[in-house]
Amino acid sequence: MKADRRLLLALTVPGLALAAWAIAGSVLFWLTLDPAQRSQVVGAFAPLLETHGLLPVLWWLAAAAAAAWVLYRLHDRHVAATARLAESAEVLIGDVDTPELASQGGEPVRRLAAAINALARQRAVLHEDVARQVGEANRQLAQERNRLAALMAELAQSVVVCNLDGRILLYNARARALFRASTHMPAAGAELIGLGRSIYAVFDRGLVAHALESIEQGMARPDGGEASPATQFVTSMPDGQLLRVQMAPVRAASSTSPAAGELDGFVLMLEDISEQFDQQSRRDLHLMQLTEGSRAALASVQAALDMLELPDLEAAMRARFQGVVRDEIAAMGRQLDSMTQASSTDLMTRWPLQDMPGADLVSAAARRIAAVTGASVTAPEVDGSLWLKVDSFSLVQALVHLAGCLVGEFGLRTLQLRLSRADSRAHLDLLWSGHPVNTETVMAWQLGAMQLGQQQSPLSVREVVQRHGGEIWFERERARQLAFFRFLLPLAAQQQLPESGANASPGASRPEFYDFDLFRASDSSRALEDRALDELAYTVFDTETTGLDPAGGDRIIQIGATRIVNGRLLRGECFEQLVDPQRLIPESSTRIHGITQDMVRGRPNIEKALPMFHAFARDTVLVGHNVAFDMRFLQLAQAASGVRFEQPVLDTLLLSAVVHPSQASHALEAIAARLGVGVAGRHTAVGDALATAEVFLKLIGLLRLQGIVTLGQAREAARKSYYAGIRY
Amino acid sequence: MGQRILIADDEANIVVSLEYMMKRAGYEVLIARDGREALGMIERERPDLVLLDAMMPGMSGFDVCQAVRASEALRGTRILMITAKGRETDLARGMGVGVDAYLTKPFSTRLLLGKVQELLAAG
Repeated sequence: MKADRRLLLALTVPGLALAAWAIAGSVLFWLTLDPAQRSQVVGAFAPLLETHGLLPVLWWLAAAAAAAWVLYRLHDRHVAATARLAESAEVLIGDVDTPELASQGGEPVRRLAAAINALARQRAVLHEDVARQVGEANRQLAQERNRLAALMAELAQSVVVCNLDGRILLYNARARALFRASTHMPAAGAELIGLGRSIYAVFDRGLVAHALESIEQGMARPDGGEASPATQFVTSMPDGQLLRVQMAPVRAASSTSPAAGELDGFVLMLEDISEQFDQQSRRDLHLMQLTEGSRAALASVQAALDMLELPDLEAAMRARFQGVVRDEIAAMGRQLDSMTQASSTDLMTRWPLQDMPGADLVSAAARRIAAVTGASVTAPEVDGSLWLKVDSFSLVQALVHLAGCLVGEFGLRTLQLRLSRADSRAHLDLLWSGHPVNTETVMAWQLGAMQLGQQQSPLSVREVVQRHGGEIWFERERARQLAFFRFLLPLAAQQQLPESGANASPGASRPEFYDFDLFRASDSSRALEDRALDELAYTVFDTETTGLDPAGGDRIIQIGATRIVNGRLLRGECFEQLVDPQRLIPESSTRIHGITQDMVRGRPNIEKALPMFHAFARDTVLVGHNVAFDMRFLQLAQAASGVRFEQPVLDTLLLSAVVHPSQASHALEAIAARLGVGVAGRHTAVGDALATAEVFLKLIGLLRLQGIVTLGQAREAARKSYYAGIRY
Repeated sequence: MGQRILIADDEANIVVSLEYMMKRAGYEVLIARDGREALGMIERERPDLVLLDAMMPGMSGFDVCQAVRASEALRGTRILMITAKGRETDLARGMGVGVDAYLTKPFSTRLLLGKVQELLAAG
């Protein structure tokens, strides 16, 4: 309005100016006249004023109007059109898809508009080009990932890739089979391994952390960018299987060199070595018994023979030495017999060892000792050129244990580590000043179970040393008032890491088990409630039951579930388990789910099945349709089976009511039809779980449109929805 | 001479020969059948030299040697270790705990006697 009023004022200016010009002219003319002439003029014009006075006024008005109109046209063509052009151009800046600017206004303004349009077209072309290139790059990336995953799937070795939180983001079929074999999970799919699951369900967290630490040390070395800083460890599974695990770092790509990035995750290559290890151990043991036993016997025989050669030997002694010879030879024969028969034994064994720089071992041990005992550890004498062949995990434990004993016994504040070469072996010493240890104590420390802070290891120091085929003893340097435990350790034969001889077998394969987006995922950075719905891991499940009344004795007869990780439904990771309800299944319910008494015979009861499902659902949010019903059944079974479902729960029925409050039906079929989800295998537990999962994925998108993004917001909205009042 | 030698070995069949040989060579001989007994005898009888078997039930020869070297009073005792453990790690451990000489079974008794005489002469 302000602009309009200014425009109106401006339009009157020419008319007023014209009037002022005419009046000023008249006044000047009047001033040049003498009084006689003035009276003549008055006399001539006064009578005309009555009859023709309006004429000049109208003439002036016409001129004023014409001037105003010309001015208005000029303003419109040049000023207003430019302003409109500026506004449209500003819109164009914000949105590429805005239509072209209209051609209007005067010639210069039109040309300006045309120029802006040309620029906008150029920009649109560029924009499209960039989008096309990004799309192409994404396609290539996806293709490369598929290729990599296909390669992994065909590897003869078991491979698992994890991010730094230990979440699994890739595994292959062999790894899955390996863990399935080692954990004896009866339910199909109820294994410990799966996308987004934690590797720490399988491996000890400390063991993996230790291996990661040595990899980080390798990467931090000056040549760490060149050599591949992999490591390996051996661990045993719950059923006694022995796995050799090779660990290699996954590095975040960096601009300078792909190998120089930060540690981003790790690759585990697993190998079941139980069998070969057993064989080797038995061989070693037999060899040792044979050599040491023979040496002792031969020594007795030789000494006796030496005596028998003496010319002045009396008869009684001669008979005695001959008896010794016969006795020893008979004993050796017996030993050889038992040796060939003996097939298994559990005595001292040699543990598979890994090559590592001695300096790395010393610094890892120093850190651990300082962390556990609080003593400060220095290592002034370390031969940095030595590579050891050790099981660093147990060896560091042994050092920590001895250091803990020393600190506990003498209240030592400082300890020292020392590493030096000793012929074809290495001396690793744990030194302290003063305070000699008596023999009894030394023996107790070496033979007792190792104590690591609050934890106890099943091994003793002597067993750890035996694993290395090494030795340990207590020694004193009197001159320097030093006492130390000395470990005699093997040196590594060759100092490069073994090549992984993994080959991909030819043939088409379907990539299955990966989700690289998990590299970006991070645990515990935010509370669960504040995390976005599309970045959480879910277990979507359904149960079939003997009826609708858990309090009245109805029981679960089937549990089916599937997983959603990073917004993706994992059809390959389903859980399906029939459950013996230990009661009759009514005919009426069999008509719905098709499960008969015969089908559940011999299946686990709910006390056994529920822990399996609990393991499957570990670290995930539970999702179900009308889930309050299923939860009632689960909760009734919890007490007897000893597990508790404490994770958050989401209900697709309530979420559907949040998204479509005015719809009459929120039955699973109705929602599925509304959201365009096909339902197959309805009323089998897994079929319903899969349908529910697809519905849930669509609902996440619809909830986002309503500003419901986090788990906490979704639970709050569901709680407030109309259907939340319904109870079963 | 009157020098005393302790033979500490759990295998009677070799003790017979060693005892006979050492007595023949003119030494007074004491016998212990395990590590603990050996350490007790060293403390009580103060032998000049110990023929110490590395592998004995209970306390091993290594442990006995360590205990002897740790004691101010007993430190001077000569120790000749004889063992069926032929690995160099065992030899290294023996040297580490402070034995004076080390013989791997089987050995010639002539060599053993030579070592014993050498050690006692040196002391």
